[in-house]
Amino acid sequence: MTPSLNRSTGSEQRRESRRAGVRAGIPFALAAFVLAVSFGVVAEPVLGAGGALALSAFAFAGSAQFGSTAVIASGGSAGAAILAAVLLNSRYIPMGVALAPSLRGGPLLRAAYGQAMIDASWAMAGRAGGRFDPDFMVGATLPSYPMWVGGTIVGVLAGDLIGDPAALGLDALFPAFFLALLLEGELRTENAPWIVAIAGAAIALVLTPLTPPGVPVIAASLAALIGLRRSVPGEPEIEGDPVG
Amino acid sequence: MADTTLVVAVVIATTALIRASGPVLLGGRELPERVNSVIVLMAPALHAALVMTDTFRGEGSDLMVDERALGVAGAGVVIALRGPLLLALAVAMALTAGARAI
Repeated sequence: MTPSLNRSTGSEQRRESRRAGVRAGIPFALAAFVLAVSFGVVAEPVLGAGGALALSAFAFAGSAQFGSTAVIASGGSAGAAILAAVLLNSRYIPMGVALAPSLRGGPLLRAAYGQAMIDASWAMAGRAGGRFDPDFMVGATLPSYPMWVGGTIVGVLAGDLIGDPAALGLDALFPAFFLALLLEGELRTENAPWIVAIAGAAIALVLTPLTPPGVPVIAASLAALIGLRRSVPGEPEIEGDPVG
Repeated sequence: MADTTLVVAVVIATTALIRASGPVLLGGRELPERVNSVIVLMAPALHAALVMTDTFRGEGSDLMVDERALGVAGAGVVIALRGPLLLALAVAMALTAGARAI
């Protein structure tokens, strides 16, 4: 399904890589649409229609959008919401470092490739020897972007019709989505970081009744310090987050 | 209530910067292994925490078990059985909404 990377490919082969990426990315784009609808419904009362749409159009980062919105919705501060988003996005640093050697062109072009980096596409674009197929990654991201923005628009517009999102169980989508990220990607690896996930969950549960909203999630990131004792961190075979 | 415009603007800016940082600034260089080991584990730690707070946080800072727990558990079963993501999300919604309707 995924073509092997050949750095000497011509433009036709690069187009074929992008086309293959588009085909591989379609299932994730469908999931992205559903999640974006729920994001629009839930985020509109919290961020306003403009804020929800701006985040989807210009951040295009599902985890950070859901995470920061959840912090604000629960009464957390702007700083806590931003920090949660930054922490949730921090995984793009090692992902980008892994991608960088496979990128052509100058800094601006490389930065543009970086913007196309979402979890599922990045994982699917991985090739033997730690290389990546950037054109495949861009292709795999392409279907998700319009579905993410379009789904957010639908969610923002449908919010008034739906009324109370809880009646449709939409408030269960947030935790179910994050659980899917954990079980489908991060914990379905050779060196699955179960102890980190359990420690993060425990920290959050213990601190929730004791600290302001947002703090438990940020404090849970301390569980990642367990990585200092691990020589080889688990690398996801694929992550389930359709939009970063 | 937080300043949502500020949050939206900063989240947009930091997301773009973080996504660009590896390809632009670090080039082909690797982060120190120990730093990388911690960063890679940020996602599972944060996602596990979000599962807990979004499932069990009630009004204010109280912990509570309600219909969300049933929906999330159902989604977990679907995922554990390697069911598709869309089905897991649909099960989460259906179980939660159904339990509330009863």
